[in-house]
Amino acid sequence: MQTFLGAVINGLALGMAYALIAVGYSMVFGVLRLINFSHGAVYAFGAYMVFFFVSLKLGLLASILLSVVISGLLAMLVDKVALEPLRKKKSIPIATLITTIGVSFIIQNVLSIEYVFGSERRAFPSTNLFANLSIGNITIQSSQIIMLIVAVLLLGVLTFLVQGTKVGLAMRAIEQNRKAAHLAGINVDLVISFTFFIGGACAAIAGALIGGYYGVINPGMGSTIGLKAFAAAVVGGIGVLHGAVVGGLVVGVVECVAAQYLGSNVRDPMAFVILILILILKPNGLFGKKGITKV
Amino acid sequence: MKKKLGTIRENGFLYVFEHFIDAHRAALIALLALLAIAFPYTPVADRSTQRIVTMILLYAMLGMGLNVLTGYAGMVSLGHAGFYGIGAYCCALLTTRLNFSFWPALLLAGCLAALVGFLLGLPSLRLSGTYLSIVTLGFCEIVQMVLKQWDSVTNGNYGIRNIPKPELFGHQFNLQNGGFYQIILALSVLTALGCLAIKRSKYGRAFQAIRDDELAAGMMGVRTARYKILAFVISAFITGVAGGFYSVINNGYIEPNNFVFNVSVLIISVVVVGGLGTIRGMFFGAALLQLFPQVFPQVFRFLNEWRFVIYGVLLVAAMRFRPQGALGWQSTLPYPLSRRTREELAHRSVLPGGEKGATP
Repeated sequence: MQTFLGAVINGLALGMAYALIAVGYSMVFGVLRLINFSHGAVYAFGAYMVFFFVSLKLGLLASILLSVVISGLLAMLVDKVALEPLRKKKSIPIATLITTIGVSFIIQNVLSIEYVFGSERRAFPSTNLFANLSIGNITIQSSQIIMLIVAVLLLGVLTFLVQGTKVGLAMRAIEQNRKAAHLAGINVDLVISFTFFIGGACAAIAGALIGGYYGVINPGMGSTIGLKAFAAAVVGGIGVLHGAVVGGLVVGVVECVAAQYLGSNVRDPMAFVILILILILKPNGLFGKKGITKV
Repeated sequence: MKKKLGTIRENGFLYVFEHFIDAHRAALIALLALLAIAFPYTPVADRSTQRIVTMILLYAMLGMGLNVLTGYAGMVSLGHAGFYGIGAYCCALLTTRLNFSFWPALLLAGCLAALVGFLLGLPSLRLSGTYLSIVTLGFCEIVQMVLKQWDSVTNGNYGIRNIPKPELFGHQFNLQNGGFYQIILALSVLTALGCLAIKRSKYGRAFQAIRDDELAAGMMGVRTARYKILAFVISAFITGVAGGFYSVINNGYIEPNNFVFNVSVLIISVVVVGGLGTIRGMFFGAALLQLFPQVFPQVFRFLNEWRFVIYGVLLVAAMRFRPQGALGWQSTLPYPLSRRTREELAHRSVLPGGEKGATP
């Protein structure tokens, strides 16, 4: 029972961090109907930026803030340089998909070049900032508590942003009909850039949190977690913010429990097992809106 | 009548080029066939060249397999490494554990992959577009998990060793005597012919109708459910056979990590960079993407670390400037009418003489 509870708590903390990454996929998908495969690489980039600024002795919090801004800008840049021209040309969706894969190749491999950061693992400053919490036999690391609190706060802010502000209203308008939103006077390009910025910023925070929890980072860290977070976004219903949170938690808990009882090999694919089950039973995810085919 | 052709420029490079090839088709095919057969006996064919050319043809075949699904039927799969792995493991297990000969094992590998393709095709009835791609991505990960987890059969993370080389009437095929090259040449040519036959048949037209507009195709009486699953089955079969072949050329050793998501990405890159829906494009795309990481570091030694960065730039640039693929041009040749149609038209004296549409 205790190991089970421990695994669940592990999963909850990890799941909230997945949710932070999943939000990036979800928001971009909502606005553009596009799977942004470069998102995982932006997450790795965010973690590396924190590492870089910490090594310049800037302090952890300042490093994270700087990294958040830079990663957000990077995500925006990816959109401006690689994706916007394709949108303007109205090219086929698969071309855009390949482009995001190409971009993730570029970011990930620039990070692993020898005189940038190198391909080997690097020690990441721990986020165990205060004493671990013990309840009975279960120990909860402080990095997990921080992960949980920060993610919950951020997701609250994001929900307010999407539901309660003008920018959020514009995002939802674009999601429903980009052309009509444009006619209504919304600066579509600006809002799309903003969406990418928010996604990149959240990914950077997730990078810092997960990096601090495991204590190591490597350039390839984004590929597996990116796919898993993406699965989480789809499980919850891609394009829906609270869906990403629930999806992240489900994926986090199930994979930690499965790893506990079935061995570590099943850890990573568990997200996809849930994903396929959900998609077959409920093709739009748990909270997804039903798409209507117009003729 | 030629004036009515609209945007086709008759002195344009493509027009001249395509008509030249069409006019000398037999001679060019004979020349190409001669070159392809003679290749292993020429002095350029040392071990490394043979290996590269074999990999190019293998990826061309994988590309053609995915092309049936993505290029013809318009369904994007991000999980073809799964079929590839199933084919490879099936072939390897049959030859090592049950002492099958390579050839029936290869066929069975394709059949098993096709069966799995049938199962994976079923969700395609409920899901479309991006969601279907997501399911195929998940499928690839689950195949990985099964390969790693099912220790008693697949030997888990350690993979399968000592896979025997293919033999036929006592003649062993290996890398040195050009045997691998001959097998994959035969397989890829067979696949190309098969794909061509599919594309020009009723099935191919049904696939393309579904790709362009599924609803309209259904209204016209195309049984979309059946054809979508069929596209999955054919595509998986080709990929499975390619996987079976891969199991023997990789130094007699395969492991689950040979069939990860990145392989799926490579296959789909071959298809899109080469030219979606074409067969020439698959060979070109495979050559480009296989040669690049091999040749590039030798030419630009100091940029060795940058090669995957540049690979990414290549993908992005290709999509930016030529999203239809390198060889994905719109044909300027007249549409190949069937003989019956041509006879019918000649009978009504619309086409002069019913000869092969030389004057459209």
